[in-house]
Amino acid sequence: MIVRVSTEGQYELKGEALERLNELDDTCQVAVEAGDSERFHACYEKLLKLIRDEGSELEDDDLRGSDLTLPPPDITLEEAQSEFSGHGLIPD
Amino acid sequence: MAGLTGRMSTVVKAKVSKLLDRAEDPAETLDYSYQKQVEQLQNVKKGIADVVTAKKRLQMQETTLKQSVVKLDTQARQAVSGGQEDLARTALERKNVAQTELQGLDTQVTELEDQQQKLTDSEQKLRAKIEAFRTKKEVIKAQYSAAEAQVQISEAATGVGEQMADVGLAMQRAVDKTENMKARADAVSELEAAGTFDDVTALGSGEDDIDRQLKQLSSQPAVDEELAKMKGELGQGASASPAQIEAPAEGGQEPQSADAQPAEGGQA
Repeated sequence: MIVRVSTEGQYELKGEALERLNELDDTCQVAVEAGDSERFHACYEKLLKLIRDEGSELEDDDLRGSDLTLPPPDITLEEAQSEFSGHGLIPD
Repeated sequence: MAGLTGRMSTVVKAKVSKLLDRAEDPAETLDYSYQKQVEQLQNVKKGIADVVTAKKRLQMQETTLKQSVVKLDTQARQAVSGGQEDLARTALERKNVAQTELQGLDTQVTELEDQQQKLTDSEQKLRAKIEAFRTKKEVIKAQYSAAEAQVQISEAATGVGEQMADVGLAMQRAVDKTENMKARADAVSELEAAGTFDDVTALGSGEDDIDRQLKQLSSQPAVDEELAKMKGELGQGASASPAQIEAPAEGGQEPQSADAQPAEGGQA
């Protein structure tokens, strides 16, 4: 499965790492809903570390799309709480 | 996946499919897509240039503020050795404000550098993908039937489209940051324009509006402490400069402990 960390890059993750990713994603979501900034950032750091450590980064010229997209590493709790919408180059 | 990844993926997929929807005639679309991609790359370059400009502006303000800190410190020392405590206090209050602003600027410059790096990395990835797309485009044109080409184009354009959406996001975040910083930088400029960091000795004795505002801004205990320290270092009351000006009568309300402190060998 190809996972994109916004503003960072794409990683390919397999098997067991994906299950852990899923669990961490749920944990982060709970922290977001609780409005607990510290817990959210700790959790999200862990999640990103999992991707960076266990995933293999795609080459820059790889044209494959991602199956999953994660918010940028510097996302704030407020951003995570609001329906996260990235503005982009592509006009709406 | 339901959590953060789910929502984020939806946003990106929506953007990418909007980009791909423009595809009609495969062969024409290929060249058109490529041309659009190259155009977008120019926008990214411009975005990076804007971040660099904002950073330079903040760095210039940092330099000015650093000079002000040194100047105000010197003036405070001169005022202390001249027995002009009010003037020394004013200079220290201003120095305090300048230092606080400096710290804020420093953090912001670091943040901007971080954003700039991210944008540059993203741009590099986008460039690599556009180049890969260009190669693939020629292969698709030469080898595939119209129906097959449609599929191939979608696949190739997805990678580029996604990267483009990502660069767009990085750029938006950088712009948001620079706008916050611009507001702050403007605030510093206003302080400068109001003469906050100017030569305090040129202001005359009367307490003006700026002084009153600064007293509220600067933390009084920090100023008191620094004044006391400065007096200790300069060994005030001992054999100071011969051209010493008489201390004003109201100078009696200074902190008692100040003079008791022995010189800590600070000022050479």
